[in-house]
Amino acid sequence: MEAILELLQQNARLTPGQIAERLGQDEATVASRIADLEQENVILGYHGVIDRDKAGNHSVAALIEVKLTPERGGGFDRLAERIAKFDQVSSCYLMSGGYDLAVFVEAEDLREVARFVTEKLSTLDGVLSTATHFQLKVYKQSGFLAASETEVGRLAVAP
Amino acid sequence: MSTPLQDRIARQVAQIPRSGIRDFFDLVQGRDDVISLGVGEPDFTAPWHIREAMIYALERGQTTYTSNLGLISLRKSISKYIAGHCGVTYDPAREILVTVGVSEALDLACRALLNPGDEVIYHTPCYVSYSPSIVMAYGVPVVVETRVEDEFVLRADDVAAKITPKTRMLMLNFPTNPTGAVEPLEELEKIAALAVKHDLIVVTDEIYSELTYEGSDGLKPRRHHSIAALPGMKERTILLHGFSKAYAMTGFRLGYACSPPVLTEAMMKIHQYTMLCASIMSQLAGVEALENGAPEVEKMRKSYAQRRNLMLRKFGEMGVPCFPPGGAFYAFPDVRRFGLSSKDFALRLLEEESVAVVPGSAFGTAGEGCVRACYATAIDKLEVALERIGNFVSRLQ
Repeated sequence: MEAILELLQQNARLTPGQIAERLGQDEATVASRIADLEQENVILGYHGVIDRDKAGNHSVAALIEVKLTPERGGGFDRLAERIAKFDQVSSCYLMSGGYDLAVFVEAEDLREVARFVTEKLSTLDGVLSTATHFQLKVYKQSGFLAASETEVGRLAVAP
Repeated sequence: MSTPLQDRIARQVAQIPRSGIRDFFDLVQGRDDVISLGVGEPDFTAPWHIREAMIYALERGQTTYTSNLGLISLRKSISKYIAGHCGVTYDPAREILVTVGVSEALDLACRALLNPGDEVIYHTPCYVSYSPSIVMAYGVPVVVETRVEDEFVLRADDVAAKITPKTRMLMLNFPTNPTGAVEPLEELEKIAALAVKHDLIVVTDEIYSELTYEGSDGLKPRRHHSIAALPGMKERTILLHGFSKAYAMTGFRLGYACSPPVLTEAMMKIHQYTMLCASIMSQLAGVEALENGAPEVEKMRKSYAQRRNLMLRKFGEMGVPCFPPGGAFYAFPDVRRFGLSSKDFALRLLEEESVAVVPGSAFGTAGEGCVRACYATAIDKLEVALERIGNFVSRLQ
């Protein structure tokens, strides 16, 4: 992956100027490259990684395993893209193994998830089955540990 | 009447001056507003898979002594790694000794090889323990100075000028702490030729050899050249390496010496009666590091490279001359234009802007005029530190 993307993936708040300083490039080049990457949908978006429990957000999150009937010509794409568009769906991936789609949903409460599964998801032609797993606790999210390691101070001056 | 205690200290020890770094450490210690660029170790924690290997070792009850030479599994991993990294092959059974850090290995090399009065040539500015290690082994340290104008390359001609009939050993450290200098291959070849001609043993400390930076942006590693791999050199070289810098394993205290069997055996003799062996848990973590640690090393190296870019650009913007260091994680900017000694520069920077750097003079007189700034510091802190240094030097202009 190119260096600009690696840096933004670690910290999306870096300015083009900061990225330029780290990569030994000039700021204008970096800014225009980022604009291109956004334009080309290589960069899909930016968001903060928030521990919902600590933020006092008591909404629920779930992983729904979905089995689908593939279609001639498009495989799983048409249905998967349709499912991904629902607001409640935060991420949606085609998987190998025991099921086809991993659908991550976030909703106000359990009832909203239930409504989404029973009314929207299961009723789609081509959806064969669903299995819903609720998330209980976060240990690591998007590369960040929920409990950071205690900092052991290095010696201030050492040879 | 009893003898005053200070007169009980052995002459060899008493004559070693107090470390310049120690003085500076005392000043910085206890101040919590200081951003320190004065450290000599990575800011990363050892990678989790390596720590996990150590925990696993404890869980399995691996708490015993090991062979004096170190675990054979670790020595095999070292042999394979050094063959790839340095291009020279060592026999795990007879040519590799696992030590408690490179510092111990350095001491062993000196004690195993020096007789009183033997001269050892080393280059400065350098890591603070070279000269004391020679002195404690009753050797005579002979300094070759390298120069900032020459980007601290060690010139074979300068080495040749210091060789006498008493010269027994030559100590090298590339990439160099504190300057970040790397030795060009053609100069290394000339030095190797000198060692052969004058029958010198070369002790080469290559602890920073994974952390190198190629090209204008330094984002790619540069190929490491070990003097041990040059023709005719393996038989007269003690190659020192370890885990502290590349793998961020300083607290594991793990290093090793690779050398011909006779030298390994002599060093092992001292090691077995003083250290016995390196900690088995550290050794098992070392196996994990060598077998599976390369991706993490590259990730850390890249991160250092980015911080090096930031530092070089900022020094450039503030008009502080600084050559682009080819390795390690130190920049060694030249502060002579501000009319202060490197010690006064560092003291005032600490006093006025709460940023700690180490005066170049702490690494030998050849370091005077420069300061060592370590960029293995969290980048947001580094940004602030560089801004403060900018403020400081703009007042000195």
